[in-house]
Amino acid sequence: MSTLLAAPPGTIPAPTIEYTQLAPMMLVFGAAIVGVLVEAFAPRHLRSAVHVPLTLLSLAGAFALTILLAVDGTRNVAAMGAVAVDGPSLFIHGTILVLAFVSVLLFNERLQFVSQAASVPGSTEEEDSLEEGAVQTEVYPLALFAIGGMLLFSAANDLLAMFVGLEVMSLPLYLLCGLARRRRLLSQEAAVKYFLLGAFSSAFFLYGMALIYGFAGSVDLAKINDALGSASGRDTLLYVGAALLGVGLLFKIGAAPFQAWKPDVYQGAPTPITALMASGTLVAAFGAVLRVFWVALGNLDWDWRPVMWGVAILTMVVGAILAITQTDIKRMLAYSSIAHAGFLLTGVIATGGPAQNEEALSGILFYLVAYGFTTVGAFAVVTMVRDAGGEAGHLSRWAGLGKRSPLLAGVFAFFLLAFAGIPLTSGFFGKYAVFAAAVSGGATPLVIVGVVSSAIAAFFYVRVIVLMFFSDPAPDGPTVDVSSMGTAAVVAVAAAATVVLGVLPQPVLDLADAAAHSLFVR
Amino acid sequence: MTTHYLVLSALLFSIGAIGVLIRRNAIVVFMCVELMLNAANLALVAFARMHGNLDGQIIAFFVMVVAAAEVVVGLAIIVTIFRTRRSASVDDVNLLKY
Repeated sequence: MSTLLAAPPGTIPAPTIEYTQLAPMMLVFGAAIVGVLVEAFAPRHLRSAVHVPLTLLSLAGAFALTILLAVDGTRNVAAMGAVAVDGPSLFIHGTILVLAFVSVLLFNERLQFVSQAASVPGSTEEEDSLEEGAVQTEVYPLALFAIGGMLLFSAANDLLAMFVGLEVMSLPLYLLCGLARRRRLLSQEAAVKYFLLGAFSSAFFLYGMALIYGFAGSVDLAKINDALGSASGRDTLLYVGAALLGVGLLFKIGAAPFQAWKPDVYQGAPTPITALMASGTLVAAFGAVLRVFWVALGNLDWDWRPVMWGVAILTMVVGAILAITQTDIKRMLAYSSIAHAGFLLTGVIATGGPAQNEEALSGILFYLVAYGFTTVGAFAVVTMVRDAGGEAGHLSRWAGLGKRSPLLAGVFAFFLLAFAGIPLTSGFFGKYAVFAAAVSGGATPLVIVGVVSSAIAAFFYVRVIVLMFFSDPAPDGPTVDVSSMGTAAVVAVAAAATVVLGVLPQPVLDLADAAAHSLFVR
Repeated sequence: MTTHYLVLSALLFSIGAIGVLIRRNAIVVFMCVELMLNAANLALVAFARMHGNLDGQIIAFFVMVVAAAEVVVGLAIIVTIFRTRRSASVDDVNLLKY
């Protein structure tokens, strides 16, 4: 942008946009816009039939384009320095797209999403819309916008693109959170909480960006890094700005002390949206965290590392301990997600020389894939266990599920063991890769805290397994709804991924190594 | 000169942040968030002047667009919950806790 000033007056040099390198993102955004047009022009009964293939095909197409870019081997900064196309960003894009694809397979607008969002819960208006069979098919384009935002957020190479990506990702998610079909009060409450806290945290991010701009004179990540060595006398701007940026980013990954929104939002949101947030948003937010702290503030690591140590320890401990007291299955998984964010942060802290960075980065990338699949699978199981009032959220309703439907309970138990990091599951290799990198990066005490909180977390995972298999089912217990092919396929795919990554992790580890090898372009 | 604008911007940001924490009406909380965004805009424009480049001014335009989009989404959510509960107080949204 600053080069514009250098041109002689009267001429504006046209910016260059590398369309081929931005193709995955453009395809997703394009499909989202087409989805909005479908909402506007297609007759009501056709919309669902158009949206589902459109959404799935665009995500699959974007994934194929990402693979092509990865094979092609070009690694540079596209769109005038706004978007980085490098190994980590391509790997993260691929991960987000696959996880989004399986999350969208869980969408079922007649079962999970509100019939008419504007109707007041319990009103005659709502009953009318239910009778009429109205559906809110807007969820598909909204999800596509959110997914496109995730892609931009995780690959942004300047803070402005990152801020725009953050908002494009978050705004549709705020709306989607409020669209649950059952327990609408909880869902609306989750949307209000997520929105107010999310807007608050992005204001912090923005002010941090303004201060960093004041320090460096640019929002380009590489130029910020250059300015760390040269600009002097404005250090206050840098430190306060970095802290505020950190608040905004740590909020998005749900690290303590900014984790309060996560359980509420995960519980209240429609479960497919929770799956999308728990997998895609977390992956995207870690992409952004790595980019800000490793690329822009990489030379400042002596200053941010002690703070991150505290945040990581607090996040792991808070996530593991508060999960024990939960009685709602989605809330428990939310606290588990907080603990996992803490484990991932130990990898973010493990910086050092290039080889060390590479090891830590590849560990984080593998962990994100492993955790993403398992968490989507777990939430898919949650959507299947239903009773008269919708999903059976309370843990006591899950008692004896293992006797009623051993297969589903067995798969869920397997997912929980993967969260705990038991060997032969993907969770074990994820944790091993991140913790090994943290040890060689000199963060051994952090790893000890991580292992201890994994042990605490294993306690409540096992408690759920015991509840499912060793207690008697209630006579009016929930039934297992296997009517949706999509949901069953998601559970099968997630279970397969959890097994394969736990038994034969090498191909994905190699892929993560290759992606991490070039580190981040600057 | 820049310092004056920065002090004003920091004041606005703090007023906004304190407002978010202590006000009870969701609309007022949201207005306080908007105040924080505008404080950031003021800082960006002041820094653009200080550095003599246009980046900060351009970013301020982006922020305005984002803030407008946020108003659309935010008011939709707040109005929906107001219609349900006949209240926009953030103390009343207390079904989800612990």
